[in-house]
Amino acid sequence: MTQPILKQAVGSPFTRIISVGAARGDLVVPNDDIVGPIESSDEWIRQRTGVISRTRASASVSAADLATSAANEAIESAQISASEIGAVIIATISNDVLTPSMAALVAERIGATPAAAYDVSAACAGFCYGIAQADALVRAGAAKYVLVIGAEKLSDYAKPTDRTISFLLGDGAGAVIVGPADEPGISPTIWGSDGGKWDAVGMDRPTREAFEDRDGEFPTLRQDGQTVFRWAVWEMAKVAQQALDAAGISAADLAAFIPHQANMRIINEFAKQLHVPESVVIARDIETTGNTSAASVPLAMHRVLAENPELSGGYALIIGFGAGLVYAAQIVRLP
Amino acid sequence: MAQSKDEVLAGLAALVNDETGVPVESVVFGKSFADDLDIDSISMMTIVVNAEEQFDVKIPDDKVSELKTVDDAVNYIVSAQS
Repeated sequence: MTQPILKQAVGSPFTRIISVGAARGDLVVPNDDIVGPIESSDEWIRQRTGVISRTRASASVSAADLATSAANEAIESAQISASEIGAVIIATISNDVLTPSMAALVAERIGATPAAAYDVSAACAGFCYGIAQADALVRAGAAKYVLVIGAEKLSDYAKPTDRTISFLLGDGAGAVIVGPADEPGISPTIWGSDGGKWDAVGMDRPTREAFEDRDGEFPTLRQDGQTVFRWAVWEMAKVAQQALDAAGISAADLAAFIPHQANMRIINEFAKQLHVPESVVIARDIETTGNTSAASVPLAMHRVLAENPELSGGYALIIGFGAGLVYAAQIVRLP
Repeated sequence: MAQSKDEVLAGLAALVNDETGVPVESVVFGKSFADDLDIDSISMMTIVVNAEEQFDVKIPDDKVSELKTVDDAVNYIVSAQS
């Protein structure tokens, strides 16, 4: 008996980011509002992190609300119908529940049904992980358009007395539509993990332990700042160079450098180590948005384009890195 | 190649100056990086990574927090070189 040949999907040979949307927390929180519990000062925070203020969301606003706003902007800007979206991927560490996913909720809200919908847990690298997946899904023919969102409400996981990371944290969401293209728009992803540094940044205690300790506090984020700084600059500079090499371009060909907005000192040293020319616009959204983990790269991209619309169509190096430790980098053509 | 303590001190002082602007003549034995030279943890890590390259030694993350004074750093580097 002759076995019938299976059909297998084939998608577009090339992909690109078609549009970007953004939503920041509705509250502007200056350093002076948070220095008390950490016995610090506006100057101390500015000098060590470059942060002047961070955006945080009101109690009634969830990460899913921010994701929905950002997604709607991206869909409108892409001039597509939500029903054409084949998959919704949300990178987040601040979904209110372990399950179901934030992506399923947001897909329903924006009318992207019955799109495949799932969350990615890759912390500050999550958005770039999502881009890797979206690129693969479109090229494989699994979806025509993919909505990738980074969405966080990190203020829920910030401890007012923590001096390691909490004072950096902000709330926001950034979203992009990835779809087919006539020419290459997303380079090969350079990604990976280093679980040997699993403890370097993350929650300060397991959720169950906190639950059983009725007098204790809810788990919050913490980090070993020096370990993360060394890894984020010198190891990530190698990853960024690999991404440039894989794309077949050099730093001088970039229009923008959009790294995860972890700390201004990291961004500046990173750019120095990577020998980013002065002609390249470097995203420094952290100054007034804070560190929004998975949301930081698309939020920074949105701002770079709002402030420099002439960069549309140029190449941007995007790189996310964080808890895991995990990382991912691509060169993308800016929408 | 192993260097003397004075040679390592001179090299370290130049690295500190390059990162923080602290005058090289201030980087002397007996000084604390944080308390006397006002060097924060991020600058300290930058100095450490540059010192690794310049002196051809490895300074693991868990060692960095132990290098509180100029003496600690110079002694560690000299010991690691030999």
